[in-house]
Amino acid sequence: MDEIAVLGVGMHPWGKWGRNFTEYGVAAARDALDDAAVDYAEVGFVSGAVTVRCGYPGYVAGSTFARALGFTGAQLASSYSACASGATALQVARGQILSGACEVALVAGADTTPKGFLAPNAGDRPDDIDWLRFHLVGATNPVYFGLHARRRMDLYGATTDDFAMVKVKNSRHGVHNPNARFTKEYGLDDVRNSPVVSDPLRLLDICATSDGGAAMVVSSMEWARSHGHRDPVRVAGISTVSPTYPDPVIDLPYLAADSVADPSAPLVGFKESIGARAYDEAGLGPDDVDVAEVYDLSSAMELDWYEQLGFCAPGEAERLLRDGDTAIGGRLPVNPSGGLGAFGEAVPAQALAQVCELTWQLRGTAGARQVDGAAVGITVNQGLFGHGSSVIVRR
Amino acid sequence: MAVGVVAVPSQAMSRTRTPAVEGLFTIDDDGEPRLIGGRVPGTQSYFFPKHLGGADPRVGPVELEEVLLSRRGRVWSYTTSHYPPPPPFVVTAEPYEPITIAAVELEQEKMVVLGQCATGVGPDDLEVGMEMELTVDTLYQDDDCDYLVWKWRPADTGLEG
Repeated sequence: MDEIAVLGVGMHPWGKWGRNFTEYGVAAARDALDDAAVDYAEVGFVSGAVTVRCGYPGYVAGSTFARALGFTGAQLASSYSACASGATALQVARGQILSGACEVALVAGADTTPKGFLAPNAGDRPDDIDWLRFHLVGATNPVYFGLHARRRMDLYGATTDDFAMVKVKNSRHGVHNPNARFTKEYGLDDVRNSPVVSDPLRLLDICATSDGGAAMVVSSMEWARSHGHRDPVRVAGISTVSPTYPDPVIDLPYLAADSVADPSAPLVGFKESIGARAYDEAGLGPDDVDVAEVYDLSSAMELDWYEQLGFCAPGEAERLLRDGDTAIGGRLPVNPSGGLGAFGEAVPAQALAQVCELTWQLRGTAGARQVDGAAVGITVNQGLFGHGSSVIVRR
Repeated sequence: MAVGVVAVPSQAMSRTRTPAVEGLFTIDDDGEPRLIGGRVPGTQSYFFPKHLGGADPRVGPVELEEVLLSRRGRVWSYTTSHYPPPPPFVVTAEPYEPITIAAVELEQEKMVVLGQCATGVGPDDLEVGMEMELTVDTLYQDDDCDYLVWKWRPADTGLEG
């Protein structure tokens, strides 16, 4: 796959600000344009990642951001794929650039989130599986996180302290991140003493919902080089894969996994397939990765990703964590930004925020969070309803 | 095959017992609660719920046949939700009582299905791999009606669902 250049990145700090999401998206976009030293008039395509919690302007995020920056006649798209929306918006922009439809694209996502559990749309909706899981089972998002964490304990002997240690590690990283919402360094006892939300996971094991915004300015490699960006961070792979039937793992928002009674059916792990596609596009593998940003919706989920991205064999993630391999200074630092544990989730911005962090890491400008010598980074996340998301950047 | 409204005799004469959402479970000819699934005819590709469970891409357009799924299975995992879920979940106890949820792999279909655990079944009663069976229990009530849902309980415990 041909590469595109990351000219600039920007974020609006995560928090619980309670303001219009447009404000965060526009602030992030202006930062990204400044960082890229690109005149907004050069942007031929605005790719917005959608929020479904902020009314109609959220559904047409590309237009909303473009109008707030000033309409220029640029082409627009708005993408929604739940937590994967940012990667999808980037994927759409890459397609525009590589097809020659535009040279420079602005990609942005932002959200303003309500307090508490994310919930389905209102009304009586028995044909909506997302409504059914709440109504009939009470299966909130943390319920699924709890099921997977318990499974990890049963299969691999993980402990609740292992999960807590993920939070502790990521909080040590997040202390150094001015865009993070939670900049307190947590200890094991803080996690142990927080209330149980979805057994075995406690409040500090589960990510909050946040307000925030992230944006990127991307271009063709030719345009970058002819405009003074001689050695930009490059996007080498983007994965937005769906699962492969039958997927035996129960995941949100479904009431049932697929049946695997048919022995002739192919068995492809969905989460493993997300990173695999990005590696294929980039022509790289797990051994090439220097730094990763993974979706720690729960602390235990971060451990699953170590294995699903091929950093270790199944069952060995706890050892990587305990050995310090995935802390800054270790062999393969994971979530140097502080991850969702330090940010909370601003859904349409999050996948872009992951790439922003890796861009700073690969430029060597991440300050106290810097991973020495980082040249290849991978992000991974997953949107409910089967949206994979992984981006590989390299220098 | 009995589908649609499950007519279950009520102990309180005036109360009606009805599924909270129709078409997802029934009582079979032996009086046992069963989930209603779909199957690609002649294959082992099963779906639940029948109309919202996806499709097997290896077969062309096909009308799924309605099948009653295994009543028994084994615990794949479980959790207890200590905070009340938001609407459309109906919180029935004040203060809220934590609900335990099990993911159970059905015996024949090898398909993991979520469900609340029956009243009185908590995490200390469960472990991964143990055998469970389907029951029908009250999800919530109003003045006239008990609204029912499928739930999981340990097999052969004699617990009343």
